Amino acid sequence: MKNEWPLWEIFIRGQHGMSHRHVGSLHAPDAEMAIKNARDVYTRRNEGVSIWVVEANHISASSPSDKGPLYEPSESKVYRHPTFFDIPEEVGAM
Amino acid sequence: MYAQMIKSEATQDDPEKLAAFQARIDAGEKIEPKDWMPEGYRKTLIRQIGQHAHSEIVGQLPEGNWITRAPTLERKAILLAKVQDEAGHGLYLYCAAETLGVSRDEITEMLLDGRMKYSSIFNYPTLNWADIGAVGWLVDGAAIMNQVPLQRTSFGPYSRAMIRICKEESFHQRQGYDAIRKMAEGTPEQKKMAQDALNRLWYPSLMMFGPSDKDSVHSAQSMKWKIKMNTNDELRQKFVDQTVPQAEYLGLTVPDENLKWNEERGHYDYTDPDWSEFFDVIQGNGPCNVDRLADRNKAWDDGAWVRDGLLAHAKKKAARQHAAE
Repeated sequence: MKNEWPLWEIFIRGQHGMSHRHVGSLHAPDAEMAIKNARDVYTRRNEGVSIWVVEANHISASSPSDKGPLYEPSESKVYRHPTFFDIPEEVGAM
Repeated sequence: MYAQMIKSEATQDDPEKLAAFQARIDAGEKIEPKDWMPEGYRKTLIRQIGQHAHSEIVGQLPEGNWITRAPTLERKAILLAKVQDEAGHGLYLYCAAETLGVSRDEITEMLLDGRMKYSSIFNYPTLNWADIGAVGWLVDGAAIMNQVPLQRTSFGPYSRAMIRICKEESFHQRQGYDAIRKMAEGTPEQKKMAQDALNRLWYPSLMMFGPSDKDSVHSAQSMKWKIKMNTNDELRQKFVDQTVPQAEYLGLTVPDENLKWNEERGHYDYTDPDWSEFFDVIQGNGPCNVDRLADRNKAWDDGAWVRDGLLAHAKKKAARQHAAE
C-alpha cells in the first residue's frame, strides 16, 4: 500500500434520460484521471454519455447485518401498493 | 481456462455460520464483499480471481508482439482493440479481487515475484501472424468455455466482472477465426502456416482447462461454493466438440491421430495433452516463462516514476486548492 493510487467508483449514464449506474471501479491519482481512465475502461463500446467518479472511501454503505431492521418494516405494509385496493369495474381505469 | 489448479483452502469456521453460508449459495443468492464468508472462500477466490486477472494482463504480451507487424492497417487496429480489451478485463478482475481485502499493489507484487501464477498458455510463443489468428480462435475460445458458466458464480463482484468480459470476448474469438480463415483459404504457404499454428497450439489450448479430473483434487469444495461451475474434463470435452468442426471447415487437421466421433457418447474421443509438459510449464520451465515475468517486472519498474509523479501532482493540486479555499 506504499504509494497506491486511490480507488474510485465509476457511475455511467448509459443513455440520455437514464440514471447513472454503478459499473465498477478503478485506481487513479485524481478525479480528472479517474474520468479519463473510466472512459477507456468502461465505455469502449458506446456504453455511456456521461461519467461520474467518486472516491471509494467517500461512499457510506448500509451494513449487511442491518438488512432485517432496515427493510422488514416495509414488508407488512401491503396497503402501500395500489393492488391492495379493489376498485369496482364500473368505475373504470384508475 | 485462465485459472488452473486453484487449491481450495481448508476452512475452520463456526459450523453454524458455514451451514447458513452454504444455504445461501445453494439458494442461488450472491455473496457480496461485506457479507460474512468463510476464510477459505475468501482466500481461494483471491487466488482464483487474481490468477485470472494476471492471465489477462500477461496474455497481452504474446499478442502485443504482433501489433506492429500486422499484415494490414485493419488487422492492426483490430488487434490493438483486442489487446486493449484484455487490459480492461484484467482491471475488472483486479477490482473484484480487491473487494476481498487484497490491495492492487500486493496482488501485482505476488505476480511479479512468482508467488501467483497466470495461465500456462501464455508461456508459449507467437512465432508468426498465423499464431495470432490461432490464439484468438483457440485460446479465447477455450477461455469463453470457462467464463460463460462463471457468470453464474456465487461471488457478486466476480460474476459481474465475468458478465462484462463475456460481452466482449466473442469479438476476440471471431476476429481470430476470421484471421486464420483468411490464411487457410490463402496460398498453399499461408495454409501451411495456419496448419502449423494449429499443430503447435492445439495441446497447449487443451491444457488451459487444467489437469484431468482424476488428478484434480481441489474441485469439490470450489464446486460446492459455486466458484468453479464445471469440471476440467467437462469443459475440455465441450471445447473439443465445438472446435473440431470449425477446424474441418477451414480444411485444417487437428493434430491428434486418435480424434474421432464417438456415436455412443455423443462426443469426440481425443488424446489428452502431455501432462508432464503442463506441470513443467507451470513450474516455470515453459518456452517463455522467463521472458513474460521479465517483461512484467520491467513494465512495473519503468512505470514507477509515472505512478509516483501523478500521485505527487494530485496531492500538490489538492493542497493548493485547500489553501485557496
